[in-house]
Amino acid sequence: MRSILNALKDGKILVSDGAWGTMLQERGLEPGDCPELWNVTHPDDVMAIAKSYVDAGADMILTNSFGGSPIKLAHYGLQDRAGELNEAAAAISRKAAGIDRFVLGSIGPTGEILMMGQVTEEAVYDGFRIQAAALKKGGADALLVETMSATDEAEIAIRAAKEATGLEVICTFTFDRTVTGKYRTMMGVSPAEMARAVKEAGASVIGANCGNGFDQMIDVVKEIRKADPHTPVLVHANAGLPMIEDGKLVYKETPQAVAAKARELAKCGANIIGGCCGTTPEHIRALVKELKSL
Amino acid sequence: MEELVGKIGECIERGKVNKSSPYPKDMQGQDGTDELTRQALDSGVGPEEILQACNAGMKRIGDRFSRNEVFVPELLMAAKAMNAVMAHLKPYFQTGTVKAKGRFVIGTVAGDLHDIGKNLVAMVIEGNGWEVVDLGVDVKSAKFLDAIRQGPECTVGLSALLTTTMANMSKTVQEIKTQFPSIRVIVGGAPLTQRAADQMGADGYAPNPQGAVAFLNAGRQK
Ligand code: B1M
Ligand SMILES: [Zn+2]
Repeated sequence: MRSILNALKDGKILVSDGAWGTMLQERGLEPGDCPELWNVTHPDDVMAIAKSYVDAGADMILTNSFGGSPIKLAHYGLQDRAGELNEAAAAISRKAAGIDRFVLGSIGPTGEILMMGQVTEEAVYDGFRIQAAALKKGGADALLVETMSATDEAEIAIRAAKEATGLEVICTFTFDRTVTGKYRTMMGVSPAEMARAVKEAGASVIGANCGNGFDQMIDVVKEIRKADPHTPVLVHANAGLPMIEDGKLVYKETPQAVAAKARELAKCGANIIGGCCGTTPEHIRALVKELKSL
Repeated sequence: MEELVGKIGECIERGKVNKSSPYPKDMQGQDGTDELTRQALDSGVGPEEILQACNAGMKRIGDRFSRNEVFVPELLMAAKAMNAVMAHLKPYFQTGTVKAKGRFVIGTVAGDLHDIGKNLVAMVIEGNGWEVVDLGVDVKSAKFLDAIRQGPECTVGLSALLTTTMANMSKTVQEIKTQFPSIRVIVGGAPLTQRAADQMGADGYAPNPQGAVAFLNAGRQK
């Protein structure tokens, strides 16, 4: 089995891919549509996005399965198709990645808040198990539990993913800067608390994704490194916060601006660097150029 | 009695729902909003007075959330404590002891799943004596239009939390205004501004539930 931990040996920096959601929207995904359904209804569009990141030079690409847990799919009445949709997602990315690049099976939050008792831990665990197993079946090399904000849900997702597949699990949280300058998830979790909780649950790589752009991501990596000097760190940063200009949605950070900050991110301790919302294959191409010259 | 009402407001702010709730730790075993509201009503305190205390408690926790002193869990527990109060007060609104001021249809717009703020707004508006029809999250224009058709004497509220879904909000406002020009529409949610609301053609914007109540009450006097 291929190991991301192995690939990171000798201090190598790896480049991951960029946004999927915003790219799907550009290809016509309408608000209120289910992105994961596109794996079977628009496989060519999904493949085109996957390929665009491979062509940009990314060492690994994700899968179009962020909202693929049955609980999330239930919103569209698609809960019973979780296996099929996740497997299709991984198969598309596997085909695009070929054998030399990694495929990370994306697992996002259920959108339910466990502490409020709207869902049971068992239902959340069972759902993530189904999703993780299908991603492995479709060809994922590792699983990426991402955009988490609560430690309880993240821990359940990591355990389910590991127990269902035995694959390496990466886990990233989304942090915001508070008015006092500290970083916290919306549930109030600090980078240090995240690092401790997800490692204990069994993640081999930890980190952060989404958020407010590359600058703040540098601060977040510093905080993670203060708490945990050794575990490999993955970051997927946004190209800034979305803004509306002339009725159109724009993300302001350019490929050049992002590349300039990637070196700093690596210096602060990030081992795998890629993009989240608003980043494009151009951003990833710029990252590859910058980081492969290190 | 003063004290009882003050305690209810404090329990809202702390998210203390009932005696058996383990949250917050330092209030374990104490009465929560559930028990205290019952006691207050039994001893003759009026529903309006209880509501006022609740809204003040919600406002305090909301302000602390804005200052990042507390996070989403604390806010949600406060909302839960508020729900426990509402369960006791609802009969008063429904039996007409307090007559509904009108009908308010609210929902989070298409593509957007954030409902914490929308729920708070709905709760406070209901608490101010309006009949609230909550259409939930990810509500497409057609669903708003259906709800209006079912009871055209209403005001409509739209909530959005994502910059990306503000465009859908704009579309929904326009569709409502085209089909029902006299229906008043108010919008709200973190990324919105008065300017954005004006551009969409909405009749009102409120940065918080209190603002939404003020808008509704002002509309009634016209
Ligand atoms: C009708 O009249 C009115 C009048 C007033 C109205 C009104 C209507 N509606 C609201 N108001 C007003 O009154 C309320 C009470 O004072 C206020 O309501 P608010 O809703 O503003 O305030 C609430 C009381 C508390 N605030 C909230 O509840 C929002 C808090 C934050 C942390 C937040 C939450 C909780 C969530 N999220 Co989301 N989330 C964030 C938020 C960041 C933050 N710290 O604010 C924000 C909004 N999220 C964001 C993002 C990006 C996302 N979220 C997502 C998901 C989620 C959760 C599901 C995890 C969860 C929602 C749970 C739920 N059931 O609602 C995703 C989108 C899902 C979707 N399709 O909707 C996702 C895309 C993340 C991802 N990559 O998956 C960001 C939006 C960026 C932007 N500007 O576009 C965000 C600002 C975080 C960030 N900094 O990146 C006022 O605005
Ligand atoms: Zn993102």
